[in-house]
Amino acid sequence: MVPLSYYLVLSGILFACGVTGFLIKRNIITIFMSIELMLNGVNLSFVAFAAHWHELAGQIFVFFVMVVAAAEATVGLAIIISVYRTRETLNVDQVNLLKL
Amino acid sequence: MTPPNLSLWLIPVLPLAGAAINGFFGKKASRTAVTTVALVFCGAAFAWALTVAFRFSSLTLPYQEYLAHWIRSGSFSADFAFYLDQLSLVMLLVVTGVGFLIHIYSVGYMWDDPSYYRFFCYLNLFMFFMLTLVLANNYLLMFIGWEGVGLASYLLIGFWFTKDSAASAGKKAFIVNRIGDFGFLIGLFLIIQHFGSLNFTEVFEKVRPFAPETGGAGLLTAIGILLMVGACGKSAQIPLYVWLPDAMEGPTPVSALIHAATMVTAGVYMVARSHVIFERSPIALTVVAIIGTLTALFAATIGIAQTDIKKVLAYSTVSQLGYMFLACGVGAFSAGIFHLMTHAFFKGLLFLAAGSVIHAVGGEQDMRQMGGLRSYIPWTFLTMLIATLAISGIPPLAGFWSKDEILWKAYQANWVYWLIGAITALITSFYMFRLLFMTFFGDYRGIQVDDHGKGHAAHGHSGHGHGEPHESPMVMLIPLMILAFLSLVGGLVGIHNGFEHFLDPVFGHEFPKSVTEGSGGTELLLMCISVLFAVAGAVLAYVLYVTKPYLPQRIADRLNGFYTAVLNKYYVDELYAKIFVKPLVEGSTEILWQGIDRKVIDDSVNNAADGARQVSDEVRHMQSGNLRSYAGWIAAGAAVVIAYMLWQGVGR
Repeated sequence: MVPLSYYLVLSGILFACGVTGFLIKRNIITIFMSIELMLNGVNLSFVAFAAHWHELAGQIFVFFVMVVAAAEATVGLAIIISVYRTRETLNVDQVNLLKL
Repeated sequence: MTPPNLSLWLIPVLPLAGAAINGFFGKKASRTAVTTVALVFCGAAFAWALTVAFRFSSLTLPYQEYLAHWIRSGSFSADFAFYLDQLSLVMLLVVTGVGFLIHIYSVGYMWDDPSYYRFFCYLNLFMFFMLTLVLANNYLLMFIGWEGVGLASYLLIGFWFTKDSAASAGKKAFIVNRIGDFGFLIGLFLIIQHFGSLNFTEVFEKVRPFAPETGGAGLLTAIGILLMVGACGKSAQIPLYVWLPDAMEGPTPVSALIHAATMVTAGVYMVARSHVIFERSPIALTVVAIIGTLTALFAATIGIAQTDIKKVLAYSTVSQLGYMFLACGVGAFSAGIFHLMTHAFFKGLLFLAAGSVIHAVGGEQDMRQMGGLRSYIPWTFLTMLIATLAISGIPPLAGFWSKDEILWKAYQANWVYWLIGAITALITSFYMFRLLFMTFFGDYRGIQVDDHGKGHAAHGHSGHGHGEPHESPMVMLIPLMILAFLSLVGGLVGIHNGFEHFLDPVFGHEFPKSVTEGSGGTELLLMCISVLFAVAGAVLAYVLYVTKPYLPQRIADRLNGFYTAVLNKYYVDELYAKIFVKPLVEGSTEILWQGIDRKVIDDSVNNAADGARQVSDEVRHMQSGNLRSYAGWIAAGAAVVIAYMLWQGVGR
């Protein structure tokens, strides 16, 4: 049996990687992936606790998160494509105007 | 039997109505309409005062009339109520009578002034306040009148306010009077605190049981001296006399009415009204007498060297007011009031005649530019001669009786007072005849004025050319003649102490003075001496200014230092400027303005604003609009929160 703390540490590492990626990367797709990484880091802690405490609620949360993440991915990727088409760049520092 | 209703309130209210009508509607109205309103309302007040005088003997005195509530606070009350006794009646008749004459005179004198209506509005307003002052039945209502005449005086001194000197003279008068009022007010506070009332009858009832404070200074001394401070301001006594000579910037009828005949005597009236308090404090009385004596002498010596015709009369007024205070100070209140009355006649006349002279020579006030006017303006000369004889104390004119009364009473108190008073009488006679000779005798030294710009600009006699000095119109001469008549015979009421007996019910004889032995002979001797002094002054002036006109310059050269000091009014204005004004201005500038206002108040506000801006300047960089920096802040914040929780050991 792997102890709970291992999961939590891994979850923390994943989340920290996500945050770091979000902060330092300029490519919008990488940033998007970092957000997914953060979400999944949190998901991992949810399922770990659910298994540990034999509580189903944690797993239910994970499903919600995955659904939201999937929806976000569709919308987000659509926006990214739209941004790329109009501005021909994916560097977020150059996408700082809402209006063209 | 119900007491008769005199409707005393009408007397002050009538001029107020005149002032209101002229003030509100006068600008559009014609000069004739303005004149009618001003004269009718002022004349009505005089007529009403006369009817009161005729019914006077049938009254139970003091007659009091209650008009309306004013202040009712706890046990303290002050009402709009009027008080009539012999003293108020004398004041009432002097104020309305002389005031009415001066109103008539002003019609002629001010006719060409563009602000004609404003002048009469102020003049009527002054009458209202002055009559309130003399008719009030409590100190508070009196104080209203007291402040009100100060206001009217300020407005009228600064009547030609476009002239800088007039505007600042008005301010000077107002501010110097404020200093006196400060003392007056504290005196009133003391009265309220200890007697619980400001009503004359109540206060004096409560004061009467007190024994005279012979041992040392006490409450009544304090009140008396504080009231005297107030009187010093209003009546231009040392050390607060400096405003009166400057007040001559106002139109001449104003100088006659306010700064000679009526307002400046308010202090004397107030002291006489409070005689119950003063009589119980020998120290306060001595203060009054000394201030009066010194002022009389001091102002008279300044009068010698003045060349402005109105300035001479101004210093003469200060000096004569000193006589009145001397009288009050030696306990001869009725003599003081007697001199107040005769002084109102002859000094009012002197000013009006001086105004007529100024009018004649086209606005020139410097006596060195006059001379020989006797033949040009004979009526003015005649009236002025009468007034000069009266003020010099030549019998049987008005001034002789009242001045002699004062000197006699002063002699009974202390011969030093008498000596200074008699010397002052000599000086008075000298400078008055000097004025007369410089103005009316010799040759005309003025230039033939023909352009209208000559003379003070606001006082434009543009209606008629000024080829030669010319006599004033009848409207100005008639008041002169009436006042001259009063100056001639006004003193006769004092024969056999008639005037004193009339005022006896007011002043009483609570503390009879021990009459000196052989008084009859002494009085006659003193009388002869003072007449001799008066004649000597006149003769001296005749020698110096008519027969040997080169002498004054030689004497002035001989007494160089003293002459310069006198010419510059003993540098009192400069002294006050150095001691009071300059430290005040500099203290206000350096400490209050630059120090406290700018450095403390302004800077604290400005620095707070600057600080807020600097902090915001730094803080606004946080809100960059850059999403990743926000995320960074969130992450950092989360890290801090987590670190804190770990450190605290939450959940362990």
